[in-house]
Amino acid sequence: MHPVVPYVLAALLFGIGVYGVLVRRNAVLLLMAVELMLNAVNLVFVTADVSIVGVPRSGQVFALFVIVLAAAEIGVGLAIVLQLYRLRQSIAVDEVDVAEREDAR
Amino acid sequence: MTVTDVLVCALGLLTVGSALLVVTTRHVVRAGLWLVVTLGSLAGCYLVLTAELVAWVQMLIYVGAVVVLLLFAVMLTRAPIGPSDDLDRSRWPALLVGAGAGGSLAALLVDAYRWHSVDLPEPGTAERIGTEIFREWVLPFEVLSVLLLAALVGAIVVSSTGRR
Repeated sequence: MHPVVPYVLAALLFGIGVYGVLVRRNAVLLLMAVELMLNAVNLVFVTADVSIVGVPRSGQVFALFVIVLAAAEIGVGLAIVLQLYRLRQSIAVDEVDVAEREDAR
Repeated sequence: MTVTDVLVCALGLLTVGSALLVVTTRHVVRAGLWLVVTLGSLAGCYLVLTAELVAWVQMLIYVGAVVVLLLFAVMLTRAPIGPSDDLDRSRWPALLVGAGAGGSLAALLVDAYRWHSVDLPEPGTAERIGTEIFREWVLPFEVLSVLLLAALVGAIVVSSTGRR
């Protein structure tokens, strides 16, 4: 088995995720692109586990840890997105003004 | 080319194709459904690469829970059902950075691994992974459970509407 195939696949998936994060305006679609990047990292971990001699199966353990981190991230991220929608009636990320409004107090 | 390579190539084409559709489709709901295809074929890749437990956890957590959460968020933010034209910003800078990141990473990894071949190890079943976690990685495991609890509490606090 040639490890370069899944490695290149992971690199392409990461590039697609970067493109998605930069191009999307909708915050939910942005989180989907972040998931693509995290999955690319998982694929690197799993491939490294079969291709590099080290502590056996530690790559798969770390892939599991990254899946847990992604679940935590998506929970907090969606809570923030829903709160943003409740406040501004919009989840377009380039319309979020960081300056505090007077009537928001 | 062995059977493993052919399977990883086929699943990889499916993964990359549906991932491209996730970031380019003009329907918000369809992006979530293409994400299911991407994550499912990636789980197939893990299965081919002997990571059994990771593949099933991927199906349970990602396809089962994360995508459902994302679709809930799409519906709660009243996303339009039909195609919408204002989903994307200017395309060229993002294309440049994305292709640059993906292409340079791919070039780096191709240069590092060439056409080097390895034998697949024993499959990572739940028993073996569990033994490994509780023998070598107990502390990260415990820290991660605390982090998960903190994220849960944080999500509840952020989304609670109660005014002081």
